[in-house]
Amino acid sequence: MLNTYDFPEFDYVQSDEQVSGAVERHSVVIVGAGPMGLTAALDFAARGLKVVVLDDNNTVSVGSRAVCYAKRPLEIWDRLGVAQKMLDKGIEWKLGRVFFRDQEVYQFDLLPEDGHKIPAFINLQQYYLEEYMVEACNQHPSIDLRWKHKVVSLSQHDDHVEMAVETPDGIFQMEAEWLVACDGANSDTRRMVGADFTGHFFQDRFLIADIVMKADFPTERWFWFDPDFHRGQSALLHKQSDDVWRLDFQLGWDSDPEVEKRPENIIPRVKAMIGEDVDFELEWASVYQFACRRIDDFRFGRVLFAGDAAHQVSPFGARGANTGVQDIDNLSWKLAAVIRGEAPIALLDTYNTERAFAADDNLMNSTRSTDFITPKNGASKRFRNAVLDLAKKAKFAQPLVNSGRLSTPTPYVDSPLNTDDSDDWAGQMRPGTCAADAPVSKDGKPGWLLEELSDGFTLLALGVDVSLVDAGVFTPKVLSLGVDFEDSEGLISQRYDASEGALYLIRPDQHIAARWRSFDAGAVKAAISKATGGPI
Amino acid sequence: MSLILTPNIESPDDFYEVLTEAQREMTDEQANDMNARLVLILANQIGTLSRLKEAIALSQ
Repeated sequence: MLNTYDFPEFDYVQSDEQVSGAVERHSVVIVGAGPMGLTAALDFAARGLKVVVLDDNNTVSVGSRAVCYAKRPLEIWDRLGVAQKMLDKGIEWKLGRVFFRDQEVYQFDLLPEDGHKIPAFINLQQYYLEEYMVEACNQHPSIDLRWKHKVVSLSQHDDHVEMAVETPDGIFQMEAEWLVACDGANSDTRRMVGADFTGHFFQDRFLIADIVMKADFPTERWFWFDPDFHRGQSALLHKQSDDVWRLDFQLGWDSDPEVEKRPENIIPRVKAMIGEDVDFELEWASVYQFACRRIDDFRFGRVLFAGDAAHQVSPFGARGANTGVQDIDNLSWKLAAVIRGEAPIALLDTYNTERAFAADDNLMNSTRSTDFITPKNGASKRFRNAVLDLAKKAKFAQPLVNSGRLSTPTPYVDSPLNTDDSDDWAGQMRPGTCAADAPVSKDGKPGWLLEELSDGFTLLALGVDVSLVDAGVFTPKVLSLGVDFEDSEGLISQRYDASEGALYLIRPDQHIAARWRSFDAGAVKAAISKATGGPI
Repeated sequence: MSLILTPNIESPDDFYEVLTEAQREMTDEQANDMNARLVLILANQIGTLSRLKEAIALSQ
């Protein structure tokens, strides 16, 4: 199996500190070199931190796992310089079809808004994503990736975490000012700090099969409710790179995972789904069950949790990896400011406030999808089928069909870092929202707004005169329409409701902190102070 | 606007007859399926979430 991809084996190297036995204190140690740990390493390093990454394995993700990557995480990876390879290798798709029994119920077009650098979604096998990020980490002088390093115990102190790490050469002690746990849904770190991880398991199992198929199937997402080839269950077909197709079959709770995984049981199912005459090869098969739950706090003293270690959602809507990357986006600038002594430690508590809020939004959406796909009782199944029946005949029922609500960023609408509006506004760009991209032209050349934003704070002036605001280390970069760039297609004015003039304060993670119709240096300074958790 | 709780159905006896007649030959299973579809169609006529919540609460 898995003959389209050769798994790299990364070298284990014994560290100098293990050889010498002298305990070193690092500023940040990341546990886990999966998509979140690698993103964290790149983002922390981009913000000037030195990081050590520990992973108990020495290769990338094996098997068929995350598939679908949304615009916002791709924008974050673009900021970190690793998105282009993903976009080149990934598969772009826009059209989804929903079937009920043997009939197509309706189709939906993601209708991505024009004028963004990054597409709405790409599909790509997780191992490629990790491979590209490992390459980027290896090229960064501030990132120390250590394979076959397993944290076996940890204890917390006021100003650091002490841990015992096991390698092929035995166990040694390390210290970190901050530990970032990206060690997945079964996080050992979470267990070691004694955090709660509550929510619910679903009494259901799913079979994942990756097949290699050269057939000329359209690049679309196909979802079946109760299909003739798999009665009473659901099924999903999605294209990945290298002519690999991902198939998900709902199995129900009474199924035997070991039996279902056998090729002789999978192959007839696949044939029933794609057609008897279509040539394919089975590349991967596994059975999984999922839960919807989250950690009670994203911060435990000096240990911070991100990605699946902090929250686990059902796969419908591609909300796992996509939301995890946004955890890192939120954490990295705050952690860098705290480590440098520029902001109080309390700023890290807003990591929990903002990302727990996003996790709850994701949990709500993915639980709703799961309840539609796997109705809890006869009555809800009856309503589900009624929705699907009606969706064929009447458009009004189509928005009720829920085969997964695809991941979009959750605005931090109630964040303590936001400054409330004091003017009247239209449009989406209220405080707490992720800044929308738009085309710009600079010195006559086309570019993108997000590329122009600073790694720190940005003061985006759209038809408002501003002067420099001195906010110490948080002094914002001034980006003025008509001076630094032109609104080449008029989309900035539209997306930022700027026809009457607008001034936006944008955070280092590209979220709106505040906005005004006119410039007042004192108001800008107060907003920066609020967004960084202390006086400036 | 809140839910209408005063008589509003034009020709109540005619409506009741049409509804029950539609299900006269049906099994309970078929009638329940039809009721589910009917709830959704009527819910779309109301549209407003607060009024739908009020209706659900009243029927519980």
